[in-house]
Parts: sequence; structure tokens; C-alpha cells
Amino acid sequence: MIDVLLMFLKAFVVGGAICTIAQLLINYTKITSGKILVYFLLAGLFLQAIGVYKYIVEFAGAGATVPICGFGYLLAEGAIKGAKAGLFGAFTGGLASASAGVTAAIVFGYLNALIFKAKSKKN
Amino acid sequence: MNAKNSNPAYLEYVSKISPKTNEKRSLFRAFWVGGTICLTGQVIRFALEFFFGLYGDVLAGTTSIILIGIGSFLTGLGVYDRIGKYAGGGSIVPITGFANSVVSPAMDFKTEGYIYGLAAKMFVIAGPIIVFGVLGSVGVGVIYFIVGLFL
Repeated sequence: MIDVLLMFLKAFVVGGAICTIAQLLINYTKITSGKILVYFLLAGLFLQAIGVYKYIVEFAGAGATVPICGFGYLLAEGAIKGAKAGLFGAFTGGLASASAGVTAAIVFGYLNALIFKAKSKKN
Repeated sequence: MNAKNSNPAYLEYVSKISPKTNEKRSLFRAFWVGGTICLTGQVIRFALEFFFGLYGDVLAGTTSIILIGIGSFLTGLGVYDRIGKYAGGGSIVPITGFANSVVSPAMDFKTEGYIYGLAAKMFVIAGPIIVFGVLGSVGVGVIYFIVGLFL
């Protein structure tokens, strides 16, 4: 039980720290939030390409996989696994392992946008 | 108008009149909200593992699906944008922020139709993420494949 609670704490702290880095970029640079998402994704992808990010995932669990860099980690991880099977795997492995997230974003994104109306942005 | 104005007096004027965010407070907010979203992810992960016996890729994938579902739904309700105003980076970087970046423009452009409005505008921000993610992953995969040939 202590293990589980410790994992919750680690997820909170590491996830919070990654978001704080993003907030530092927002405060001190002129990078827009869309670009921050792309940079964080590529950072996670690169860190897994050199074999580092999986240790952060092992340590922090969802604290490392929930931020968008975890998505980059997943893409790189899938491609690396695929590359062991051959060139076809290297080509398709990344998106295959990220397919749950992409499909969820498209399905839930479309349905929610269909159901809800945009609010007036005055509040 | 010149977008990159280098007149120092003008820049000073701009920085004087642009709203100052309280920097320490914004960092604290990003930390605790971002941390809480990740903690939620860990709790979902634990629950799926403990109660449904999921593991490996299915466990990780299902956790993402649920978080994206929650993020999309809260965006539809208009709640996520309020969280975003409060938390800044704390709401952008988690995968729920990715969901928000899909639903938010899609809702705004729904009036332009269900194909070129809703479906096309879903990818205004998410599109680049998927493009660079796929480009990067194929790059990594090909490098690993070529290196693997010589090992």
C-alpha cells in the first residue's frame, strides 16, 4: 500500500515539475502554447531515442506518461520495438503504439465538439 | 505594421502596458494543477490494474483514452478553459490539454460545417503534434533499423 501511495506522490511531483517547466517557458519566452506542445513531444521522443525517458516512466509512472512528452516517448518506443522486426516495423511502430491516444482524441474530440456549443468568451 | 519592432522605447512601452502575470504564483499553479492531472492518471492506472487486471500496453492505452475522454468532455462543458486560465502550463502539457486543443477549435468553427469546420479545425493544434510525432518516430525507427543491421 505504501508503494502505491509513494507512486501517487511521485506522479504528482514529476508531472507537476514538467508542467512547471512549460510555465517557465510561457513566462520568460514568447513561445506559444501550441509550439510548447510540439517541443515537449519532441523532447520526450528524443529522450526515449537515446534510451533515457523509460527510466523517468519507471520512476514516476503517469507523472511521465500523462504529459505530452509521454506521447513522444510512446512514439519513439513503438518505433524502436518495430525496428527490431524490420523496416516496416520501424515505419509503422510509432503510430501503432500511439494509436489509442490518437483515436481517442479524434473520436471523443469529434463527438464532444458535435454535442456542445461554443460558449461566448466573455467570462 | 512591422512585427519585429526593434525600437527600444517602443519595446519598453509595450512591456510597461502588457499585463504582468505574477510569475511565482503562475509557477505554483502550473505545478499543482499539472501534478493533480498526472496524479489522476496514476489513480486511473492503479484502478484499471487493480480492479480490471489490465497490464502493459492495454493498461497505458486505456489510461490515455480515459484521460482524453475526460479532457474532451470538460472542454465541451467549458470547464477546461477555466482551468486553463488558472493553471496555464499545468493544463496545456498533460494529455487532457491535447484533448482540449482538439475540441476547443472544433467547437469554435462548428458554424462552418461538420466537414470543413468541425472535422478540419480539430487539427489546428493537434495536427502539428501528430505530424512531428510521426516524422520523429519514423526517423528514430529508421536509425535504429540501420544501426541494428551493423550490430
